[in-house]
Amino acid sequence: MTSLIPFALYVGIFVGSYLIVNKLIRRAARTDFTALKTVTFGDESAVISDRTASIISVATLFLLWGMFTGSVLVPPFLHAPGPYIGDGQFTYVVEGPDGQRDEATVFWRVQDPEGETEKLTVDPGDGPARNDALMIRAYRSAQLSWDKNDEFKRKDGARLVEIAGQPVAYDPATRDEADSAAKPVIEVDHATVTLSDKGALIVTPYTGLQMEPIWLPPPEDVVKRLVDIASEGFRGATLWEHLGLSLMRVVVGFFFGSLIGIPLGYAMGLSNWFRGWFDPIVEFMRPVPPLALIPLVIIWAGIGELGKIILLFLAALWIMAIAARSGVSGVRISKVHAAYSLGASKGQIMRYVIVPNSLPEIFTGARVAMGVCWGTVVAAELVAAEKGAGMMIMVASKFQNTDIVMMGIIMIGVIGFGIDILMRWAERWLVPWKGKG
Amino acid sequence: MSGLSIENISMRFDLPNGTSVQALKNVSLHLKEGELLSVLGPSGCGKTTLLNIVAGFLAPTEGQVVLNGHKVTGPAAERGMVFQQGALFEWMSVRDNVGFGPRMKGMAKAQMAEIVDHLLDVVGLGDFKDKMVYELSGGMQQRVALARCLANEPDIILMDEPLGALDALTREKMQSLVLKLWKETGKTIILITHSVEEALLLGERLIVMAPRPGRIHKEYRLPFADMGVGADLREVKKHPDYAPTREEILNMIWNMEEEIMGRTEVAS
Repeated sequence: MTSLIPFALYVGIFVGSYLIVNKLIRRAARTDFTALKTVTFGDESAVISDRTASIISVATLFLLWGMFTGSVLVPPFLHAPGPYIGDGQFTYVVEGPDGQRDEATVFWRVQDPEGETEKLTVDPGDGPARNDALMIRAYRSAQLSWDKNDEFKRKDGARLVEIAGQPVAYDPATRDEADSAAKPVIEVDHATVTLSDKGALIVTPYTGLQMEPIWLPPPEDVVKRLVDIASEGFRGATLWEHLGLSLMRVVVGFFFGSLIGIPLGYAMGLSNWFRGWFDPIVEFMRPVPPLALIPLVIIWAGIGELGKIILLFLAALWIMAIAARSGVSGVRISKVHAAYSLGASKGQIMRYVIVPNSLPEIFTGARVAMGVCWGTVVAAELVAAEKGAGMMIMVASKFQNTDIVMMGIIMIGVIGFGIDILMRWAERWLVPWKGKG
Repeated sequence: MSGLSIENISMRFDLPNGTSVQALKNVSLHLKEGELLSVLGPSGCGKTTLLNIVAGFLAPTEGQVVLNGHKVTGPAAERGMVFQQGALFEWMSVRDNVGFGPRMKGMAKAQMAEIVDHLLDVVGLGDFKDKMVYELSGGMQQRVALARCLANEPDIILMDEPLGALDALTREKMQSLVLKLWKETGKTIILITHSVEEALLLGERLIVMAPRPGRIHKEYRLPFADMGVGADLREVKKHPDYAPTREEILNMIWNMEEEIMGRTEVAS
């Protein structure tokens, strides 16, 4: 249930910031034409992306990330409770084979994950049961063979009858399924104590609500990794080499895909025979996810550059062919008729009417194809590669370098977003007539 | 023989389900050079089909079209076309659109620029030469379409509801422009329209077509086009013959439409 706390907080911030911003700060602050509308619900033009909401949204994500990872970027009073770091103790009572009972104390200490922690030493005390010392790593639990230093041994029939003053009914000697369920879970100061199947003590100090860095590193670790890998590199190549290589594969694959796909699409849009010949192939290949081709491409071309580029070529090919085809088919017949009756030849109609008319569709296709190629290259590198963005995060995940994985994912996202922005910008610049015919 | 002859044209479309539609049957018509013919008729009477045959986009199943002594076999620059809307090339500037025909012929740039400038001044778009066509209003776009057609020096201009998508005021201005261009250039024009008023005002000759099969139902010779040149078209409408003719044609078309509706009701 504690995992719902960040989610609940997120919803809370969403609702809270909405109320604060809209009801308190901006009451009637809107002065543009939408302020005069009486009907805004269902009116698409009245829905404008709220910049403040976007800013708060992004800030909230980073805030929650920082809060639940104990980030230095978030003031300490906002941190979610961290794991318990420090000492604790509890007592237990052992019943010997002869029925004699003795009490001993377990002293435990949780190590600070950053910095040295002094080793715990205890006075063993007297009696058949001796005091124990237990070192525990933060976020972990530890098992204690309490009889190791005792005169009473489990193998002789000794067993725990009390932990921290609470009776224990579980007897490992006669354990069965029903007993296993009856194992005690005893709350002591800063920890939970239970027993293993064989009767050893398991001490689990409170872990708090923060995420351990191997699950989710704090933002500053990710930034630090970015700086490290950008300057020192990862697996024999710098960050820019990894990302640049992935990008290069996309560009080359997309280039060849367009080089074949666009003329193919034109031919399909202009000739019955081409349309009939390639329609079954294109229509079949279009719904095949490029990722499904990875195994075949690896068998045929190996895991080197050639295989990757063939895969991306195939990913871009069908998209570009279909975009070019619909660009040609989408030409208004009156434009073609107008050109004919103005005396244009077939070649001139191709050059001055069909090609410019299809460019907006081709640009839309190119945007889609670049996005698909970028996704495909990362996936292909996850499967097998020597360098590349996907390989970087895959190898990092095998070594539990979660910070590198996060950094890689963010960089992949940034580049994917950048590609899309660049394509849109090129579209606005090169085909300003899009959608205005 | 100069002028346009439409000689006994029939057009039948065979449908995939085995039936066929007789879009035109035995349509004959002769147009002298410089005549302005407007064509009216209920929807489905084949008027656009007729225009497409004259333009050369469709080959008739029977009969032929002869322009200035030679048979029409396909589209050509001698028969210019003005469409309703959306036939301009939106990737070109106004100037390039108007200069398209001369450019296809390989005319020298300087000469082309002269023609384009002149025509854009004639249609009143002198200040919009370097705009993209999508930056213009609907009426301005149709002016560009007219200029583009004229730039090619066609022998005959075919207009397929060129003013159909314009608002009433713009439409009136454009009607005056069409009359002015007709008189100034002396071109033969066939104008297809849905509007009875437009057909009356612009057509020196007017034919009303009837549907199923498409045929010429009645022909008129009208004085209004000549009166309208350089005059206020609203004044022309006050002519004593205007209103009765308009009512007669409206009734004719109305009856045809009713007949179609009645027939479809029986069929279903």
